[in-house]
Amino acid sequence: MQKYIIRRLLLAIPTIVGAITLVWFAMQLAPGDPALMFVPPDYQGEDAAAYLEKINEKYGFNDPLPLQYARYMRNTLGFDFGTSLRTMRPVSEDLVRRVPNSVRLGVAAFLLAAAMGISLGVLAAIKRGTWVDSALMVFALVGVSMPSFWFAYVLILLFGLYIPILPPSGLGGVKHMILPTIVLGYGSAGSLTRYVRSSMLEVINQDFVRTARSKGVSERNVLIKHALRNGLLPVVNVLGINLAFILAGSIIVESVFAWPGVGLYLFDGVQGRDFPVVQGACLLIAASVVLVNLLTDVMLVLVDPRIRFE
Amino acid sequence: MAYVAPEDSYKQKIAQLEADELLRISGTKRAWLEFRRNRFALVGTAFIIFIAFMGAFAPIVSTHDPYKQSLRKRMKPPTTEHWMGTDELGRDVYSRLVYGARISLFVGIVGTTVGVICGTIVGLISGFFGGWVDTLVMRVIDIMYAFPGIVLAILIISVLGPSLINLIIVLAIYAIPTLSRIVRGNVLSLKEQDYVQAAQALGAGRLRIMYLHLLPNTMAPIIVYATLGVAFAILTTAALGFLGLGVQPPQAEWGNMLSNGRQYLRKAPLLMIFPGALISMTVISINLIGDALRDALDPYIQS
Repeated sequence: MQKYIIRRLLLAIPTIVGAITLVWFAMQLAPGDPALMFVPPDYQGEDAAAYLEKINEKYGFNDPLPLQYARYMRNTLGFDFGTSLRTMRPVSEDLVRRVPNSVRLGVAAFLLAAAMGISLGVLAAIKRGTWVDSALMVFALVGVSMPSFWFAYVLILLFGLYIPILPPSGLGGVKHMILPTIVLGYGSAGSLTRYVRSSMLEVINQDFVRTARSKGVSERNVLIKHALRNGLLPVVNVLGINLAFILAGSIIVESVFAWPGVGLYLFDGVQGRDFPVVQGACLLIAASVVLVNLLTDVMLVLVDPRIRFE
Repeated sequence: MAYVAPEDSYKQKIAQLEADELLRISGTKRAWLEFRRNRFALVGTAFIIFIAFMGAFAPIVSTHDPYKQSLRKRMKPPTTEHWMGTDELGRDVYSRLVYGARISLFVGIVGTTVGVICGTIVGLISGFFGGWVDTLVMRVIDIMYAFPGIVLAILIISVLGPSLINLIIVLAIYAIPTLSRIVRGNVLSLKEQDYVQAAQALGAGRLRIMYLHLLPNTMAPIIVYATLGVAFAILTTAALGFLGLGVQPPQAEWGNMLSNGRQYLRKAPLLMIFPGALISMTVISINLIGDALRDALDPYIQS
């Protein structure tokens, strides 16, 4: 088991290096000079030319590509994403300041999604074929299919303007977190509900469940001790994927609710054509996803003894 | 030899014929029969056909020029003349939604199709050849998975700049990792099957085996994920429109209409409600079709 975890840990390193390489490649795709992406959009004519010189000198865009690549890799691994074009502050400092806000929202949304997804999915599987099942599946499908920012604005309209009981945006106490958490959580809860249901249905039809029933085990115990344990194992994997999508979804949700996390930072970077900010935030999200996947795999080993022996 | 009454042997023959007939329709036709039994899927299909029809015949179906501004009639509620009201520049919302259907469906379908084709080829090669090719491809896909959902799209478009073509490229790139993983997984188990081994033993070339034996047998999941991919592509297009990285105004597209509407949330909430509801309904419909296709095509889920 230790060997597996170590191997998995070592595999994460090339993935992160690869992600950085991917971003570097993307930069090379820029039409014209990649250095142009580092010039603030409000610099024109002479100013821009002079600034371009400085950029070329600082980032070495005139150097041979392998050298540029090596420098980029070194800087990024050293958590140096350059400075924001609009504020001239180091991107990494901004990110560090915003991470706690994003984590707070992300964890809340994840817990909501997991609680809703697992309980509703199990319920739908138990009541399969009934109206409860259909209603839950429609509920889940709507969650998967709505554009999150639209849902967010509908909620703001309802609970921020028409029945003003919740603050429509900003950072604050628990009340400020309710709407963003619901929006971020519901989308994930939808896909999770669908997955949990089908995973449970697969298990319910298996021989060991039938055996348990025929032994005379009560329906309650069949469910909790036999079906649920096995049905939820694959769900651990999907929970990890869900967390990754919550990270991605937070870009939109944080922007709508003006929640000062990494997502809003990325959104502002996109709006202001601030490329160092965009790449820094994207890389941070990518690194978090790799980390989440790593944790998921370790979790899987811990909960599923079958993997340990492979 | 036992005596068989002529009548009985006749009945036997009929039964045999019927069984043959059933065997013959099992493939595509049985899947279609299965699909048709799913009422949700039929509603979804009808809705998508309706939207596609609206988009295709936009000049006839629309009531106004979608780009004609009228500053005197800004943000009016729905009337008999403007069925869904007018937007912040006095343009007819209904007509803009009709024209927007063209872009949203087109971009979603084309982007996903390109991605599905590339992903399938990558998956086939990776699964069939194995070895270092497979390892390399899977590593690259792992890396792409590190940029979930819209993140990769944001990154690429903020470098390339927003345009219709770039949007399609991004949607295609998004579909590649999922598709190649699915196809590869299928190919890995298929290539151990007897008929593939037999074809190999008979001297069939690699391309021939991939095209004639592996591809047709992995078509079912490809179709299912392609359908679900279109739904995701439409959502991604809308989200990119919201970020200002999608289809650029004044071009009518559901995502950027929704994004425009949010600025007038207080004064004219319908500007945002209509496009959002349309996107949701379209995506729900496509998801219903995808789910039904999965049930119809996947022999393991059939009960």
